[in-house]
Amino acid sequence: MAYIALPQGVPGIRSLAMFRPETGRHLYDLAQVLLRGPSPLTPAERELIATHVSNRNNCTFCMSSHAAAARELFDDRRALVDCVIHNEPTPLLSDKMKALLSIAGKVQESGRLVTNEDVAEARKHGADDRAIHDTVLIAATFSMFNRYVDGLATLTPTDPKEYEAMGKRLATVGYVSPQPQNQ
Amino acid sequence: MAHIALPEGLPGIRGPMAFRPETAKPLNEFAEILLRGDNSLTRGERELIATYVSYLNDCFFCQNAHGGIAQHYMQCDLEEMDRMKMDPESAPISDKMKSLLAIAASVQKGGKYVTSQQVQRAKDCGATDIEIHDTVLISAAFCMFNRYVDGLGTDAPRDRMFYVNRGKARAEEGYANYNPYH
Repeated sequence: MAYIALPQGVPGIRSLAMFRPETGRHLYDLAQVLLRGPSPLTPAERELIATHVSNRNNCTFCMSSHAAAARELFDDRRALVDCVIHNEPTPLLSDKMKALLSIAGKVQESGRLVTNEDVAEARKHGADDRAIHDTVLIAATFSMFNRYVDGLATLTPTDPKEYEAMGKRLATVGYVSPQPQNQ
Repeated sequence: MAHIALPEGLPGIRGPMAFRPETAKPLNEFAEILLRGDNSLTRGERELIATYVSYLNDCFFCQNAHGGIAQHYMQCDLEEMDRMKMDPESAPISDKMKSLLAIAASVQKGGKYVTSQQVQRAKDCGATDIEIHDTVLISAAFCMFNRYVDGLGTDAPRDRMFYVNRGKARAEEGYANYNPYH
């Protein structure tokens, strides 16, 4: 059970955005700009970074929902999402994304671990400043979302079908703040 | 030197925010509500949580920038601020703040480190659900800001008095209309 009186039956981040719409609105705006706005990285690639960081933070809700979104967005290359989650090599993953996921993994531990060599490796495979910036900010942002969702012990659905539905919604509609609950 | 070509001469988070205004906008609007909006936690208390988490993350820029702002609100000196962030349990702050900072320290490690005992202690000290929520979110937010600032290898002045001297102006400037070039 959640540590505070969140709306009943609403999972993860949605319950928090309904409890505190003042901050929730801006968090959804941030997610929409960061994961769907203009970027050298595709929405699928950005969802993959979100999935990787959430997996490393052991946040089941964020990992499962963003993995579902990434599968939808990668479409016929969807198998690569589970390879990344299980840390298995796959030819479906580009060298550029491999290098960016490695940077994201460092950021998940601490921003201070990212080295010039990590960045040079990403550049060698075609990542530009914007791609590196967006990778670092996505990894940092999910280091926030994961802590927010788990730190208040929000509801984490266990039925994979629920995440499939979330993934479809995130892939088509994107990030839309839920309506606050009537008090 | 920063890992990407940021506008020159801007300390800490100001470089990335000037580099990418599209994401700076929701980040700053979020910080404004979280740290300066109407709240039963004072602005000083919220900046102290931000400073403490940034200290635990060893983020030089954030712990000093927010420490300077907290110092302004709390009207204390650098030594007193250092004592609060290095050992809050023995610092001259309320029992409620001590219990909230204990939650903040767990969030810094990972969301799952927060225990129901910690939350109960905060409630026993009079913390409301919104105060507990905001403590968790401020702590989580600084785990983001700290990683953003350090993950891009941004530069920051090493003289800590730079931040102390800017505390008042930064507190008055706020976050919503933040101009990274100032």
